[in-house]
Amino acid sequence: MIYSEKVMDHFSNPRNIGELEDANGVGEVGNAKCGDIMKMYLKIENGIIADVKFKTFGCGAAIATSSIATEMIKGKPLTDALKLTNRAVVEALDGLPPAKIHCSVLAEQAIKSAIADYYTRQGIDPTPIVGKIEEHCDGCCDE
Amino acid sequence: MLETKIYLDNAATTKVSDNVLNAMLPYLKDGYGNPSSIYTLGRNAAIAMEEARSKVAKALGCDATEIYFTSGGSESDNWAIKSTAHMMAAKGKKHLITSAFEHHAVLHTMQALEKEGFEVTYLPVYENGIVHPEDVEKAIREDTALVTIMYANNEIGTIQPIPEIGLICKDKGVIFHTDAVQAVGNVHINVKEQNIDMLSLSGHKIHAQKGVGVLYVNKKYRLSPLIDGGAQERGRRAGTENIPGIVGLGVAITDACANVDAKNAKLKPMQDRIINEIMKIERTHLNGDRERRMASNLNFSFEGVEGESLLLQLDLQGIAASSGSACTSGSLDPSHVLLSIGLPHEVAHGSLRISMSEYTTDEEIDKLLEVLPGIVQKLRSMSPLWEHIIKGETFKIK
Repeated sequence: MIYSEKVMDHFSNPRNIGELEDANGVGEVGNAKCGDIMKMYLKIENGIIADVKFKTFGCGAAIATSSIATEMIKGKPLTDALKLTNRAVVEALDGLPPAKIHCSVLAEQAIKSAIADYYTRQGIDPTPIVGKIEEHCDGCCDE
Repeated sequence: MLETKIYLDNAATTKVSDNVLNAMLPYLKDGYGNPSSIYTLGRNAAIAMEEARSKVAKALGCDATEIYFTSGGSESDNWAIKSTAHMMAAKGKKHLITSAFEHHAVLHTMQALEKEGFEVTYLPVYENGIVHPEDVEKAIREDTALVTIMYANNEIGTIQPIPEIGLICKDKGVIFHTDAVQAVGNVHINVKEQNIDMLSLSGHKIHAQKGVGVLYVNKKYRLSPLIDGGAQERGRRAGTENIPGIVGLGVAITDACANVDAKNAKLKPMQDRIINEIMKIERTHLNGDRERRMASNLNFSFEGVEGESLLLQLDLQGIAASSGSACTSGSLDPSHVLLSIGLPHEVAHGSLRISMSEYTTDEEIDKLLEVLPGIVQKLRSMSPLWEHIIKGETFKIK
């Protein structure tokens, strides 16, 4: 398993780690059984992501993808954040090993889930805006 | 990249010892002959190989003619199990017995045989990771071809009641194989006294090089080859012999078996110290029986922490260890060994294996104990799972 220097940098010095007390959009995806959970806290003001924090239970790639994803959306309009793809996250990290691509999917989902929570809190149905968010990772828990 | 300063992954592989390297060097340089050749250079290689064979035989308590050199533990396991299964199938016996937490070299071999129509019984290993001999006895049938139970588990280090199982198999007239890859050098092995018919071992776990191993086969049995070709290894295992590796293995196993008591006397207090300190960390579990385990092995689970992150954090501190988390196995499921002793997936993901060698020092353990609690705390502080755990919102552990 070889991680890029970018991945190791974000793993050893994760950006925007922790919780946001005054978050108005919080999303949690993944599950413990599969070995990764990401939780995103967003502070959204006037359609802009004014602040973002995350907490992640997972492997090095899970921590690195969530860290870089927060950097990529901080200060950006919600419309931009919704366009963030897992592929963009992988590219920003100078690649991920094939077995770890699902971590980048999780990062994309975590952001979408937090934005959906924001709309729900505003009394707006998030589904037409955010789309459907997969509740689980790629079927690794076949129970 | 930071150099690994503290190597605590000796169950994965070990460094080549000076004794082994010095013994190998002449055969890598001037003594490069093919042992099948008639001239002096070849004969000298053959003599060195037979000396190594005698050393292995002496270490295991058997005859040199019962020792076959292979490429390692996986080949030895494949050969013993597949050839025995096919030999016995010809006599109408198509039932095999093993345990749920064998190495994949055994388990995947069993699965391959199941596809060929063999029936396999996987014995439970219970919460402490020990096979019960009475389960073996009950599982043996008229058509049982082979019992194969590992001597010591590679992940949780538990030592199996091999002499008891050997006796049962002898009484029932069933062939008994053991994968002793992890056990050699950690426990006293004598294949005759312990009624072991076949035994696999690997060089690189005992300070010899990678790519060399042994299969011991009781001379009562004539296994058909797994690898066909030339007449090497008395026609049972083709391929020009790995002379430097074999010579090194002869030295390594002699040292390892002479050193069992001294190694355990050194490592047991270190093992106790690690357990006492690490178990002070809340919601931490020791995996595998506390007493019936190799002194070299420790396996913990830290709730709320994922194993690969733990390993990467340790690596940043110059410490090499391993984990049974899914992320480190390259699959989606955590280690089958940890699941076999009843750990929930969530807890198996947070496992850490520490495996020491005779070269491990107290200072290295000091460093481990200095950094590990902080790493666990750091990872928990950023873990949403840990939040759920302390709120009591998640899985239950017995």
